[in-house]
Amino acid sequence: MPDNLLKVQPIRNGTVIDHLYAGTGLKILDILDVAGTGNTVSLLINVPSSKQGRKDIIKIEDRELTESETERIALLSPGAHVNIIRNYSVAEKTAVEIPEEVAGVARCPNTNCISNNERGATSRLLLRSREPLQLACAYCARLVAGEELQFL
Amino acid sequence: MDHVVTIQDLADDEIASILDRARELLPVARGEERSDALVGKLLATCFFEPSTRTRLSFETAMHRLGGNVIGFADSRTTSHLKGETLADAVRMVAGYADVIVLRHPQEGSARLAAEISDVPVINGGDGAGQHPTQTLLDLFTIREVLGKLEGLTVGLLGDLRYGRTVHSLAAALARYDTTMHFIAPESLAMPRRVTAGLPDGWSAHTALDGVLPELDLLYVTRIQKERFPDPEDYVRVAGAYTISAETLRDAKPELRVLHPLPRVGEIATDVDETDHAAYFRQAFNGVPVRMALLEMLLGGD
Repeated sequence: MPDNLLKVQPIRNGTVIDHLYAGTGLKILDILDVAGTGNTVSLLINVPSSKQGRKDIIKIEDRELTESETERIALLSPGAHVNIIRNYSVAEKTAVEIPEEVAGVARCPNTNCISNNERGATSRLLLRSREPLQLACAYCARLVAGEELQFL
Repeated sequence: MDHVVTIQDLADDEIASILDRARELLPVARGEERSDALVGKLLATCFFEPSTRTRLSFETAMHRLGGNVIGFADSRTTSHLKGETLADAVRMVAGYADVIVLRHPQEGSARLAAEISDVPVINGGDGAGQHPTQTLLDLFTIREVLGKLEGLTVGLLGDLRYGRTVHSLAAALARYDTTMHFIAPESLAMPRRVTAGLPDGWSAHTALDGVLPELDLLYVTRIQKERFPDPEDYVRVAGAYTISAETLRDAKPELRVLHPLPRVGEIATDVDETDHAAYFRQAFNGVPVRMALLEMLLGGD
């Protein structure tokens, strides 16, 4: 078998999410909900990396990410980079960043919070600390640790 | 100042001026003097959960200042049951009234209302969240009965997990260099979201005996039966956190006992006769403090 068939091919147009923490790729794929969209998706797990030791990479063809998706990636893997590929070359490269406020991305873990009970309400989590990741519900002030996040 | 959702929404000088103004308003609160400060203003009391003290003291405060009151005391009489959202209800009431007091069973409800309303929203208690006007009247009472707020040693006793009054109170007392002792059964200990916001100077205990002699103030809260799946556990735990004249024998003579009321069995009636009891004064203080707050929000003279 020729060597180059073992490698994942470069994509023509789409998005490459690079420098994901090793082990987060599957969870991120789940959040991006790409299975049903018809886009070609490749996931590379535990790729050797000079910076990180091991990393995960996701390539999605013919699709760019929404802001909400980028926020979700930042919450799970704050060191990641999103590369937008157009005609085989990197058109834009951005480091994902957790914003001061994430709205409509993850629910407050307090089941009695108004944001989980009011029809039409949007969850709002405020960033309290990046390392370790901690947020607080803008409504009930409940603290949310990174590993507690339940994405909507 | 627009809304009062948490005690953190009020700056130190705003709290100080509310407490000072409440003191000046005492004769009006007692009905000895008249005030027309809020004539023509309308308060809406939206109580999606029953409350006697909070609602009646807000209504009294508004009437004593010459204003008027609309509202409901029970969500069963509203279109809440028909499935109306809180947001829609608040939008409607904000169109009618000049200020809204909201009591609601879910945490964060007052913050949501404040985002929607273009008139000031006062949180009258949101689930196990906050109850900032109770805190203001607690601070006022502490200052009245002990002469100061700074540098006190305070014990908070009972249900510290679900008791919203103690969450707001602990956050407020932290501003006055208070040494705080949280005394509660382990299952009802002060939540981390509250202690995380406090400076050093607090400690947690499961029994009162060790700390009682140091206390200037003991704030007692009710342990609710519904927090315990097993009724026997409730009887055992609640019994261990009961205060009587006998319990207070080792306390300083100046110790004052507060309780947000209603009490069930957690303070024996024999405490009422002692100099320690300050909880009935505390209940009355809800009126002048809420008058001062309404004046401040509605721009009375």
